[in-house]
Amino acid sequence: MLSRVADSIYWLNRYIERAENVARFLEVNLNLILDLPTRVQQQWQPLVATTGDKDFFEKHYGEANADNVIQFLAFDQTYPNSLISCLQRARENARSVREVISTEMWQHVNAFYLLVANTANDLTLAELNQFLEEVRQASHLFAGIMDATISHNEGWHFGQIGRLLERADKTSRILDVKYFMLLPSVRDVGTPIDELGWIALLKSTSAYQMYRKRSERHLITPAEVADFLILDTDFPRSIRFCAVQVERSLHLISGSPMGTWRNPAERSIGRLRSELEYLTVEEIIDSGMHQFLDRLEQQINQVDQEIYNTFLDRQPVQPLMQTQSQSYFLCISILSIPPPTLIPRRLFWVLTYCDFVPGLQQNNKF
Amino acid sequence: MRFDTYDPDQFYDELFKSPQQPRSQGQVLVDKIHGLPDGELLQRQRAAQEALCKLGATFNVYGESDGTEKIFPFDVIPRVISAQDWHYLERGLKQRIHALNLFIDDVYHQQKILKDKIIPEELIYSATGYLPPCQGLNPAKGVWCHITGTDLVRDLDGEWYVLEDNLRCPSGISYVLENRQVMKSTFPQIFREIPIQPVDEYPSHLLATLMHLAPDNISHPTVVVLTPGIYNSAYFEHSYLAQQMGIELVEGRDLVVADGYLQMQTTKGLQQVDVIYRRLDDDFMDPTTFRSDSTLGIPGLMEVYRAGRVAIANAPGTGIADDKVIYAYVPKMIQYYLGEDPILANVPTYLCWEEQQLQHVLANLEQLVVKAANESGGYGMLIGSQSTAAERQEFAQRIQANPRNYIAQPTLCLSRVPTILEDEFYGCHVDLRPYILYGQDIYIHPGGLTRVALKKGSLVVNSSQGGGSKDTWVLCQEENA
Repeated sequence: MLSRVADSIYWLNRYIERAENVARFLEVNLNLILDLPTRVQQQWQPLVATTGDKDFFEKHYGEANADNVIQFLAFDQTYPNSLISCLQRARENARSVREVISTEMWQHVNAFYLLVANTANDLTLAELNQFLEEVRQASHLFAGIMDATISHNEGWHFGQIGRLLERADKTSRILDVKYFMLLPSVRDVGTPIDELGWIALLKSTSAYQMYRKRSERHLITPAEVADFLILDTDFPRSIRFCAVQVERSLHLISGSPMGTWRNPAERSIGRLRSELEYLTVEEIIDSGMHQFLDRLEQQINQVDQEIYNTFLDRQPVQPLMQTQSQSYFLCISILSIPPPTLIPRRLFWVLTYCDFVPGLQQNNKF
Repeated sequence: MRFDTYDPDQFYDELFKSPQQPRSQGQVLVDKIHGLPDGELLQRQRAAQEALCKLGATFNVYGESDGTEKIFPFDVIPRVISAQDWHYLERGLKQRIHALNLFIDDVYHQQKILKDKIIPEELIYSATGYLPPCQGLNPAKGVWCHITGTDLVRDLDGEWYVLEDNLRCPSGISYVLENRQVMKSTFPQIFREIPIQPVDEYPSHLLATLMHLAPDNISHPTVVVLTPGIYNSAYFEHSYLAQQMGIELVEGRDLVVADGYLQMQTTKGLQQVDVIYRRLDDDFMDPTTFRSDSTLGIPGLMEVYRAGRVAIANAPGTGIADDKVIYAYVPKMIQYYLGEDPILANVPTYLCWEEQQLQHVLANLEQLVVKAANESGGYGMLIGSQSTAAERQEFAQRIQANPRNYIAQPTLCLSRVPTILEDEFYGCHVDLRPYILYGQDIYIHPGGLTRVALKKGSLVVNSSQGGGSKDTWVLCQEENA
């Protein structure tokens, strides 16, 4: 399979998954707010933090209120991770591989894009809820159509990897933000607001019902929620589940036997997966939830980068080719950003959310 | 809807001899349409449009800011060509392509036709389509123009003329295939009763033509379609053809010359490419040989090509025969190379580089159609009868500044076909672009793209200028005829 084609299928799936997660975050927050006592300040700031693009938001919007955040996350065409931007990019990617994906997939991506592009940005609350649900459904439908209409060959596996890496990253981010927002507030521990917050977190990852159902542990406690979202073996949005599936797809692409590695991408994902398989949530909490998730996100970025280097990167650019060199230089600039470990601690919290590696890679594509 | 009040007027109408008198090849079609319940035809027209929308048969229009795709409008009333007419066209096209190929080969080798003063040498050297680096090249199996989309028109008397040869990267075949698919589901009954030649074999013929070009020692050649990318006006077609043939659609950035071969970058490393169906202009193909500012091409491609390690369709250099000044000499080429009279006529053409003809053109701009020698898609032309005095004056200056670059032709009264405009039948002007493949031998695809000018009275059928398309029905030869 052409590297460019594999890359486009990968990003097509990542963007659709990203759009779905943005819709989830908004949807759950809108619901949560309705349940909060009016004296509690509306919780829009955490949503901005989840995106990792706080700087962009502050520069263009300032205050994190409902209108601003909704506009920012759903309809802002200048913000590369908004719903509309995700769909635009997903569609461009789909269009560039139309001859490889199924007609059904293309038609659906096209319709999905039109759904978002044709939605006005001054929806009433009821319309907005309806719209966000449609977005979530459209993403599920996309995954279903892809699963049912194209061969589960290399291209399909690259798509899976894109979707699951994105999902793992977003689950980690929202857990990180919510954990920080919900837990340090000693005053609220054990109050109804606290429990509502955790329920909202579960719902934003579609995990609420599955969490309640699993085994005998029905009660909602912070440690149990984190355990479920990070380490559950069966829930398809848990980080461990995603890592297991990514590793599997990667090995099916390369043909390397499981348990071995032949390239850096396989080594990184194998290491991440096995770590998740043998960790306990107590260890995670003892070592610091934020530090753990932060490192996890770095590892996910590393896997992404190594997949790119191993399978998708094009030949070094020859001096005559001008447009190619643009993307080439971007690659170099990604690699030359200092790893977060070199950044002073106090700056760390801010920088953690600067989503820099995936953020730049989007530019790399277009 | 009925044709009772439809009037072919003074034009040559493809379906009607005179009011209410269908031509023999159109009789069954007209009867069938008359047999439809009220409103049914309009409803089917809408259904067909929707079906094409869904198939996503789109094109891009350059210069429009949103850069998005447009649907190519489609009209359900087909254009019917009798078996007899088709037989004549086939013979004429085969002859023409045969001669054109000999001409291109001659230009890049001995140049006998120039030495014998049939075509002035200066016309070749001043043509933008002439590529000196191709001098002496021997394309695989001796064929230069593998895929051609000749534009044909009919005048008032129904006579066929060749308007343009389109030997570089003619587009439109994807619409032919999709239009037919939609028509078959729109009028299944009619297809059962009229013997219409099928069109679905095109991708197989194209693939066979391309595979034929591969070096003989390669049993399973890797064939690819090379596209400039998703912003090209014909991107849909590139992707469609790759899909139909089941081969890779590549961009220049996917390809690289390594170890003396053309290779594509895959997830498993480099893979050798043996044949390219390129939908990229000559100029852009190799920045080390042609335009150095091209970012779409592959540096070093021409070296590999010269060494015979990759085949390119159409061969680089073919564009020389697409020059509209050279076009005027095609009848002479046919006589020169084949010793035959041309079967298909050219549209009478004035060459502005000849002083006398230039004066005639300048004096008669209002009656003529002036075209730049190297533009296509309806760009760079002046239709005298529909222009303003200011436009004519501006064009006259352009011609005088560079007479070599302009030709003029009389305004043709293109034939018409009934078309649904504002829920009524209206005679709209059409042309025809059949597709010709030259591999082991010359194959004329039975049908072609009928383009229709969808504005009342308009003569411009180009998709970029508001044209649409129709299905083209070539009837089968009667068994006992």
